[in-house]
Amino acid sequence: MSVEFDQKIHTTLEDANLQLAIYTATGRLKQKRVEAVAADSLPDYQELRTQANAIKKHAIENLDHYLEEFERNVEARGGKVIYCKDATEVSDFVLDLAKERGSKLIVKSKSMTTEEVDLNERLEHHGLESVETDLGEYILQLAHEKPYHIVAPALHKTRYDVAEIFTRELHVPNETEPEKITLTARAVLREKFLHADIGISGANFLVADSGAVTIIENEGNARLTTTAPKIHIAIAGIEKVIPRAQDLAVFLKLLARSATGQNLSVYASFLSGPRRPGEIDGPEEFYVVLLDNGRTKLLPDRSKRQSLYCIRCGACLNTCPVYRKIGGHSFPWVYSGPIGAIITPQFMGVSHEPGLPFASSLCGACGEVCPVKIDIPKVLLDLRSDVKKSEAREGLNRLELFAFRIFAWVMTHPQAYEIGGKIAASLAPSGEGKWISSVPAFMRIGPLKAWLSVRDLPPSPPKSFRELWRRR
Amino acid sequence: MSRDNILHKVRTALGRSPSQAVAPPPPVRLRVPEVSMEDRIASMMSHLNELNGKTMRVPTMDAAREFAAGILAGKTALASNSPYLAECGISTLPGVATGITDLGELRQAAATVDIGITSADYALSDTGTLVMLSSPAEARLISLLPFHHLAIVPRERILTSLDELFTVLPHPAEQSSSMVLITGPSRTADIELVLVRGVHGPGFITVVIVG
Ligand code: SF4
Repeated sequence: MSVEFDQKIHTTLEDANLQLAIYTATGRLKQKRVEAVAADSLPDYQELRTQANAIKKHAIENLDHYLEEFERNVEARGGKVIYCKDATEVSDFVLDLAKERGSKLIVKSKSMTTEEVDLNERLEHHGLESVETDLGEYILQLAHEKPYHIVAPALHKTRYDVAEIFTRELHVPNETEPEKITLTARAVLREKFLHADIGISGANFLVADSGAVTIIENEGNARLTTTAPKIHIAIAGIEKVIPRAQDLAVFLKLLARSATGQNLSVYASFLSGPRRPGEIDGPEEFYVVLLDNGRTKLLPDRSKRQSLYCIRCGACLNTCPVYRKIGGHSFPWVYSGPIGAIITPQFMGVSHEPGLPFASSLCGACGEVCPVKIDIPKVLLDLRSDVKKSEAREGLNRLELFAFRIFAWVMTHPQAYEIGGKIAASLAPSGEGKWISSVPAFMRIGPLKAWLSVRDLPPSPPKSFRELWRRR
Repeated sequence: MSRDNILHKVRTALGRSPSQAVAPPPPVRLRVPEVSMEDRIASMMSHLNELNGKTMRVPTMDAAREFAAGILAGKTALASNSPYLAECGISTLPGVATGITDLGELRQAAATVDIGITSADYALSDTGTLVMLSSPAEARLISLLPFHHLAIVPRERILTSLDELFTVLPHPAEQSSSMVLITGPSRTADIELVLVRGVHGPGFITVVIVG
């Protein structure tokens, strides 16, 4: 793990405002989810989870079949499917198409998949203007930052930060009211929508029996992205395919509730191909890019392949005590929190990101809230053992340092757990016995136990989170 | 590009061969409860109101027209080509443009009017949702570009839920290139989780239930 992320964790923990922002935002999202899936609101929640899990399992186990069915149906309705193995292939496809059509301006709606491949940077490098249109993503694009959270990308920015960014980048008066900032964005982006040649969206689901992409959102920017320009390109990971349109009834009920606590998101678009004869608007050309980018590496292992069931609701982030302390930028790739901890090392290889599977306390909260029932703690354990195996060959290294520090810091800020006995700066270990006995039960597992018992505590941050909180 | 290579990798990883048969997927799970029309209407209205949408129930198509005229009151509007709006006499109210079939004209009009008027193919009472299928009668941009969306829906189109929608319409792609579910006004909470309406789509939505 690089010094950069090490440092990022440090600065995140020491920034009281940031700590408050993450804690408040994730806390509210967490609470709203709890209310939205409660028995009086969604009585068959557990059955829906079971069904969602079964559908995803079936789709992943027969992925080639459903991809081909999806492809056939898209093409039958006049669209095209392009398989890409990596970032270069995606950007080459978009660049070639833009060049052929003489396109200069691209509008984009939120897509974690395109973040994976740094699409904006690649397009801009070739002289195209590619504008993020989700408000949060737009703020981050202006600030030259990566999303902080898969559902609430600018969760770490205050209204004052945003006002400053808008003034600096758009030369508008410094306005700190969220309503007014939003109206400014609406006006600026509306012009972009109406002049863009290409709209690039993500996809929440690819529906095999329909050849349709389904996009879920609240703002309407994805509808505009997929309706106003002549060309619509949807970019999605290959794992997003589900068998039938009818399965959406299950997923749509779970997704918004788990993400933001809404019964349904404001817009769910079900798009199958270009505009048809007689239809007045909609794109003339419709492309779906199916991206591998490491996903096929997750398929061979029967247990770990469940990581691909993820519908990116963000619930596991909001509930994770580690994410809530170290934030989204302390993770080395676009996916953060528990889901990031399991997919990043698998996409990139465990020896590339060996610290990540340890960025969790294994408290189990993530698995409990996951709407598609991914057993995240189990996958983390599997990955830890993979890391250990590969480390055994190479000897001790940076992994230990990184993982250790995450845990140490989380533990010195224990309010999230309310674990018995405060483990704070004052409680320095005097010997291995004392240290190991002073860690909470969830830490005393397998490799961690052995590892903790031979390590010293790193220097603790000078103030605990509680102290910082109280000072506000 | 990488099509065959990726499919090959997938098959190898899963231990499958090309065009190998697939076990049937888990049975579809759709539950459609019996709910009376009156209860559907009440639920539709209360869910939309909770989302800050406005609702109005009127007994007749004439009453729908009168209500729409009241909302218009000097504002400009673009009505979709829905025959239902014409039957209500809403398309011919003063200030209302309609009958557009040309894309350029549609974009121009939808981007400048105050109100977009549509009907809806269905509504879902459990969530306060409008279901819009793109067609010669309903363009996509009319419910999207104007700041105010006014939808006139005859009550028999009110279904209960997603489950009923996908029972009635198991293959939406056969009907249209675009089916959109609209649940309340456009919104964002991207700045400090403060809820702001009308970020890209309509900030106001008014649903008139007729009958
Ligand atoms: S792993 Fe589960 S809880 Fe986490 S984002 Fe994915 S679907 Fe949501």
